Amino acid sequence: MATTAAPRLPGRDILVFAILAVIIVGVYAAQGSVYSTRVFVEAGCYAILALGLNIQWGYAGLFNVGIMGFIAAGAATSMIATFPSNPAFWASDGPVLIVGFIIRLALGVLLIVFANLSHHVGAGPRLKPLLIAIAIAAAWIMVTTHVEPMAREIEGKATWIGGFGLPVFAGWLLAAVVAGLIAWFVGKVCLGLRADYLAIATLGFAQIIKTFLKNADWLTKGTLTVSPLPWPVPRPEAGEFLLSRALYLSLVAVLIVLIYLALERAYRAPWGRMMRAIRDNEEAAEAMGKDVNRRRLEIFVFGCMLMGLGGAMLIHFASVFDPAGFIDLNHTFLVWVMVILGGSGNNRGAIFGALLVYIIWTMSAPVASWLFDQIRTYGDAWFGWQAPADLDSRALQMRVFVIGLTITLVLRLAPRGVLPEEIPHKQ
Amino acid sequence: MDEFVFFLNKAVISGLIIGSIYALGAVGLTLIFGILRFAHIAHGDMMTLGAFVTLVLAGAVSLTGVQSPVPLSLIAFIPAMAITAVVAIGIDRMFYRPLRERGSRPIIIVMASVGVMLMLQGLVRILAGVGTRNMFFDQPKDIYRIALPGTPRELVLTEPQAVLIGFTAVAVIALHLFLTRARLGKAMRAVSDNPDLARISGIDINHVVAATWVIGGGLACAAGSLLSMDVVLKPDLSFNLLLPIFAAAIVGGIGQPYGAIAGGFLVGFSETLAIFNWSVLLRPFAGVLPAWLEVPGNLALVPTEYKLMVPFVILIIVLVYRPTGIFRGRVL
Repeated sequence: MATTAAPRLPGRDILVFAILAVIIVGVYAAQGSVYSTRVFVEAGCYAILALGLNIQWGYAGLFNVGIMGFIAAGAATSMIATFPSNPAFWASDGPVLIVGFIIRLALGVLLIVFANLSHHVGAGPRLKPLLIAIAIAAAWIMVTTHVEPMAREIEGKATWIGGFGLPVFAGWLLAAVVAGLIAWFVGKVCLGLRADYLAIATLGFAQIIKTFLKNADWLTKGTLTVSPLPWPVPRPEAGEFLLSRALYLSLVAVLIVLIYLALERAYRAPWGRMMRAIRDNEEAAEAMGKDVNRRRLEIFVFGCMLMGLGGAMLIHFASVFDPAGFIDLNHTFLVWVMVILGGSGNNRGAIFGALLVYIIWTMSAPVASWLFDQIRTYGDAWFGWQAPADLDSRALQMRVFVIGLTITLVLRLAPRGVLPEEIPHKQ
Repeated sequence: MDEFVFFLNKAVISGLIIGSIYALGAVGLTLIFGILRFAHIAHGDMMTLGAFVTLVLAGAVSLTGVQSPVPLSLIAFIPAMAITAVVAIGIDRMFYRPLRERGSRPIIIVMASVGVMLMLQGLVRILAGVGTRNMFFDQPKDIYRIALPGTPRELVLTEPQAVLIGFTAVAVIALHLFLTRARLGKAMRAVSDNPDLARISGIDINHVVAATWVIGGGLACAAGSLLSMDVVLKPDLSFNLLLPIFAAAIVGGIGQPYGAIAGGFLVGFSETLAIFNWSVLLRPFAGVLPAWLEVPGNLALVPTEYKLMVPFVILIIVLVYRPTGIFRGRVL
């Protein structure tokens, strides 16, 4: 862009990332390179999640508290796409039943869509709601009556449907696509309304996705968990943990750089300017002829696609798919802290926030346990206080409190974060 | 007839109970939404906090050795309401008011309420542990069995359920009188309708805000305590309470207390009727039905583990087709 200033690298950025580099070196020195590399692969995946949230919140002001749901959807999609196929499933009636399920689902959706369009063929304001209600009920009955026998058949004969054995990168791509589709539906419903409603809807949707993945044993093996998931780089089979983790880390780093460059370019392009205009003054943007809801939907879907991708990358690295492992605190609110602490609207801030917060997060578990151990010891010695038996599980709750406190404090004291957004001005 | 009594117990009474809980929570939520203009995400955890305060109060009293004819929790929840109300005002002063005065966008305050939610969650779990707790530690709850003519089965109602139904009725009437007769109640409605007009006509906004938190916090405490007495105190209910009460508030129309009450019962009954096994009601007719129509073992509309879907689907349907809610609340 000739009209916008080239991105400067001001002193603050250099200082902040220099401090981060010192911390990273410190972690390597203290924890050994095998463990540290693991931490940084995970931190890198979180950086992608944070970038996804940053474009939603920082660029467009959309309040998404269902990050966990998009991560879980992406992770499940990628798991099913890439896991080796299950011969028992393909030998049974399962595939036919699944096709039947998909047909019924599609029919149900069509039915609801048609009912919503019924005013074009003369359905009045009294008839249309009735038609819609009938369509929803019919679709519901059609799908649910099929699911139960299908689940029983598959679980009885083949445990679960197994995977499709696709390459890992195809799985990651599909993860982004599925997360984007879900986001499209949620956004379509909520983005025309007040921002608060999106928060409630995403919150609810995340819980429902998790409940579904936990209970749909035929699809995800439920609580039995699926492992080992394939890696895009050679797995540490022969004991070369450091090498394979380092390869994974470089893959994550390359992706982060690519995404960062693309987002920065979009931010400085007219598209990014339009997004900021919508965020800062919706009415004015609308008066200038911008289709506010459509643009918001666009960026909401993009952000959620990044979250689906990040979730898939996390789950493949962990190598175990466990639906109970998706937790609001770790997968939604932690990402929020990363973004608002790093500086919402600033992609470098999001990356910095993700790395720093994730390091603090992993190091804080032993610190909290140690702290509570001290409380137990001195409480007993000084006051004769008998600590409750579940003190260790309570110690972990300390992190819930600290995350909440951090959010409120950042909003109060440093609402712009460590690396504030810098709006490019025309020269 | 036996099956019908079973239906009354399992569907109608349960719906009434859970509906009352949701109604009490949703009234506070809708008032906060209408007057302070933000979605108070921490409301579900404020209910848990209230239940916890009740438990602590009752426990403290029982340590002094006081003997009481009724279980202590059933009395303790009244002072606990006052304590929770004060806590709610404190939270507002500490976390929401500074943002409001700075002129932050409402969504920033929603985010602050997410932070408050996590803090309350963490605090209650650090202090009370992550397991469940029985609110009736001093004596078991009474169970009333009401005999019905013509059947050996009885209607079953427990002590906290009876108190809950009575409390909800009293609270609704008191709220109605407060909002229509009291000066402060009228001021609250005025602020909810048009804050600027209310301010220039001399209404003290700070009093109105405080009153909102007193009502919201107090009712949240009552709802949380009575729910915990009906089952057990679970520190991790959070979203399982938050989603239904949001659905109730939005169904009823934001800023409409009566709508929220109706919405609470609507969501409560939908939930229990959706997970009720309807084949129980069909079984007596098994002899009458044609032979090809076999009564299946389970005819619930929604499997129990997907209970949370019910309020969510209601929420989505309302947002799509009638975002103002049944009672024509504000489109915010």
